[in-house]
Amino acid sequence: MTPRMWLTAFLGISRRETLRFVNQRGRFLAALVRPLVWLFIFAAGFRAVLGLSITPPYQTYVLYEVYVTPGLCAMIQLFNGMQSSLSMVYDRETGAMRTLLVSPFPRWFLLASKLVAGVIVSIIQVYTFLAIAWFWDVRPPVAGYLTLLPALVLSGLMLGAMGLFISSAIKQLENFAGVMNFVIFPMFFASTALYPLWRMRESSTLLHDICAVNPFSHAVELIRFALYQRFDLLSFLVVSGCLILFFAGAVIMYDPAKGLWARRKGGT
Amino acid sequence: MTDALSIQNVSHSFGRFQALKDVTLNVPRGGFTALLGVNGAGKTTLFSLITRLYDNASGRIEVAGHDLRRQPGAALARLGVVFQSRALDADLTVAQNLAYHAALHGIGRREARARSLEVLAQVGLSDRLDAKVSALSGGQQRRAEIARALIHRPQILLLDEATVGLDVKSRAEVVALTRSLTTTGVSALWATHILDEIRPDDGLVILHKGQVLADGRAGDLGCDLTAKFLQLTGEQA
Repeated sequence: MTPRMWLTAFLGISRRETLRFVNQRGRFLAALVRPLVWLFIFAAGFRAVLGLSITPPYQTYVLYEVYVTPGLCAMIQLFNGMQSSLSMVYDRETGAMRTLLVSPFPRWFLLASKLVAGVIVSIIQVYTFLAIAWFWDVRPPVAGYLTLLPALVLSGLMLGAMGLFISSAIKQLENFAGVMNFVIFPMFFASTALYPLWRMRESSTLLHDICAVNPFSHAVELIRFALYQRFDLLSFLVVSGCLILFFAGAVIMYDPAKGLWARRKGGT
Repeated sequence: MTDALSIQNVSHSFGRFQALKDVTLNVPRGGFTALLGVNGAGKTTLFSLITRLYDNASGRIEVAGHDLRRQPGAALARLGVVFQSRALDADLTVAQNLAYHAALHGIGRREARARSLEVLAQVGLSDRLDAKVSALSGGQQRRAEIARALIHRPQILLLDEATVGLDVKSRAEVVALTRSLTTTGVSALWATHILDEIRPDDGLVILHKGQVLADGRAGDLGCDLTAKFLQLTGEQA
């Protein structure tokens, strides 16, 4: 296998993911409507009742819409990761997954290519959302849109890898409702996406501690700081560490020699 | 000359259930070999081992002389697979599906386009290149799957119950197409439970409850293949 062949395989997988995304316009709209509903309705309502003190990276008081926007960017990536995971399970059920797995390229490379392709799609969604949010007076510094990109790549990879890992453990599409209820919603709500940590501490120390260790909180903070041209080392380390853990877990689970699901009859 | 596919003493279990017991078979180059067995005989498990969807913990599998465990990339590059369940993306066109599969073998877009025309001509779907897969009939989808499996020019085609769900005409066309491909040097391992699809001059392996009961030329098993099959497997007619 030459480097050119590896690149061809990566581009082929990315192209397929993009084509599927383009063909499923409803998916794109749904991915946009979800955060916009939060921004237009939820944030507008909370603006009146929720006061926010000055917390880094903000240097002044900010509107709740401004505070919640990085969390909504992360939410787009979280749901995109789950959507990718869902499509992996669907591909496995329909048999399309086999086409990918019988490729002569190593599994880690195939999974990484699929992961990166999904992240590209999620970044397009986030920037579209931010463009709409601009008209809603969410206007971070222009340079922030550039410094945001690497943070989106890293957080997208981490959340996508988590989706891959979850998909390896799920056998049927029907089990996805459980994932939404027991993984996605708690992960989103018990994070700094909607409220700052100090607010959490005021209501419950336990909830504060859960939010503080939640990897999704760190993805949110990485995005929040990057959007204001700041770098949050702790968030960077936690997100990077979780990315390595989730991706390694997914590679192990999809490895025919070590994977758990591959040993189950009909698991593919 | 090495066989297109060599399986030696392969066993596989799912927990306590032993799906394959010491399976040994060879598929010669350029030949059509039928793998005959009732549902649950172990055909799909065997295919999953050959395609490395499962790891073969015991025994040895070689594709065109390449050990599947030691050289998985080289072995898989020489395999073309048509799975029992549909594996094409129904939302994409035939050309997009073929380009995707070609990319998974490191074949670039321009080369993939040229090869797509070539393999679609082989399977009689030249005029359906830009049609969405969802717009194809069941028989056409099967032929498109075969085209997909051929695009990287494999040395052996594995077809797992490739005629399931097809009408009689489409079934006959797919079987005839696969036989015609073997005249071009490609070997075929055809898993089936339908006796009508087997000819006397085909290679035949009978798999039952995970074990090989017979291996040879179909014609050598006697003139009444159905009776012989029922006798070997102990199944009722």
